[in-house]
Amino acid sequence: MQTVKMVITGPFASGKTEFIRSISEIEVVSTERDIKTPAEQVKDQTTVAMDFGRITVDDDLVLYLFGTPGQRRFDFMWEILAEGMLGFVVMVDSSKPETFREAKSILETFRAYAPTPYVVAANKQDHPDAWSPEDLRIALRIEEGVKLLPCVAREKESVKNVLLELLYSILEEMES
Amino acid sequence: MALKGNLRNFSTTQLLNLINLAQKSGALTIYEGIPTGEMDALGEPKYSPGKDRASVFFRGGKLVHAAMGEQDGNLASVLHKSGKLNDRQATVIRERAANTGDKALALLLIQANYVTQADIVTSVRQHTLDIVYDLLTWDNGPFLFDDSKTPPEDRITVPIELENVIIEGSRRMKELERLNEELPNLDLALKFPEDPGDKFKGIQLSVEEWRVVSFVNPKNSIRQIAKANNMNDLEIRRIVYGLLQAGLVELIKPPGMDDKARQAMGARRRKEAPQIKKTVVNKLIDRIRTL
Ligand SMILES: Nc1nc2c(ncn2[C@@H]2O[C@H](COP(=O)(O)OP(=O)(O)OP(=O)(O)O)[C@@H](O)[C@H]2O)c(=O)[nH]1
Ligand SMILES: [Mg+2]
Repeated sequence: MQTVKMVITGPFASGKTEFIRSISEIEVVSTERDIKTPAEQVKDQTTVAMDFGRITVDDDLVLYLFGTPGQRRFDFMWEILAEGMLGFVVMVDSSKPETFREAKSILETFRAYAPTPYVVAANKQDHPDAWSPEDLRIALRIEEGVKLLPCVAREKESVKNVLLELLYSILEEMES
Repeated sequence: MALKGNLRNFSTTQLLNLINLAQKSGALTIYEGIPTGEMDALGEPKYSPGKDRASVFFRGGKLVHAAMGEQDGNLASVLHKSGKLNDRQATVIRERAANTGDKALALLLIQANYVTQADIVTSVRQHTLDIVYDLLTWDNGPFLFDDSKTPPEDRITVPIELENVIIEGSRRMKELERLNEELPNLDLALKFPEDPGDKFKGIQLSVEEWRVVSFVNPKNSIRQIAKANNMNDLEIRRIVYGLLQAGLVELIKPPGMDDKARQAMGARRRKEAPQIKKTVVNKLIDRIRTL
């Protein structure tokens, strides 16, 4: 059986868990938030500090979705998660401009880990304070060739669209 | 669609850049911040908008008008400030023309040979720029961009290209920290945009800025450009940041940088993409479509 994976990353509370939860066929295995002392962190985080979802295609193929922990103190997990990924999604909370800089920095970090395709999801478009995808593209300085997609992580159709767009980009890259 | 936040996280310079690139029309208002007692996502205190501190108006990505909170921005005051009217003239006009709109007043003043049309345009332009340059140095306060707002009917508007304003804004940007964050990596190189359009036309660069521009080449790292021009990190950052914000240059990795980074990272190689077949991706696509 073949397993492939995609990584869902982004700043704290950008909607990564929600995104995976909306589409995963299994109950999302989620991060414990109240790991407090450094000692506890070191002991536990490799196993718990991420979200984990699954989509079964058939007997031979399974797609795993990994959500990175949003807090920077789990940074070292990222590289491990990035290993062998097919592509990644950067979730941005469009209603919180104070997180845009962090989102961009996470994007750049992941890009350095692996030369895979990625898309940016302008999440929480249903929020009254949400910046539009066009404004976000300029604010985050996302190159024109990179897809920046409107997203409401609570809605399955929206999540499907983001994953499909990422897959289309992966396909295009293979064909080029 | 909302465009709101706090200058602390998204600076006036960045906002002007956004408005310029997206060719927006509307009004950007900056407010006094009233602490709400809550925290934002970064754990910083949240502020809700209080009184207007300043409003800046745009049309099609150009700056057209600005007003500073309580300040009286009528034409008589603007012309007085720029020295086109003396104290006595200004007082008389303010009294007599208290109920005359700026546009009507402008016509009267031109006909009466007090000032020329060019005087008016220059003075209004300078007034707008003074306000905008001032608020470029503000580093805190809630802002809101409202794309349905237009300048007050009776005001004279003078369209001003934002590129020069942005460059000037970056010149005035004092916060070293922010520059470091915006441009952390001096080992990157600069290139001109594929399609600079007429961005360079009519641009007013300082000698220092031209020096940097003259070294723009994907082979020269920013650090090398600084060295060649005897500039320190802060100076080069400030200049490059301004040029970047104005869209005159873009960042690019110089050749060999990846190799160096890879060597530096030692065992931390860049991960190769997994060898996956197209049929696998197509299967994933089909499956997700049916979910
Ligand atoms: N309105 C709205 N709220 C959303 C959306 N997506 C997520 N949220 C909410 O945003 C909050 C954070 O979502 P999470 O999915 O926990 O975010 P996360 O990125 O997993 O957060 P960390 O794991 O802590 O970094 C939750 O209250 C969600 O219900 C959305 O599309 N619209
Ligand atoms: Mg989460």
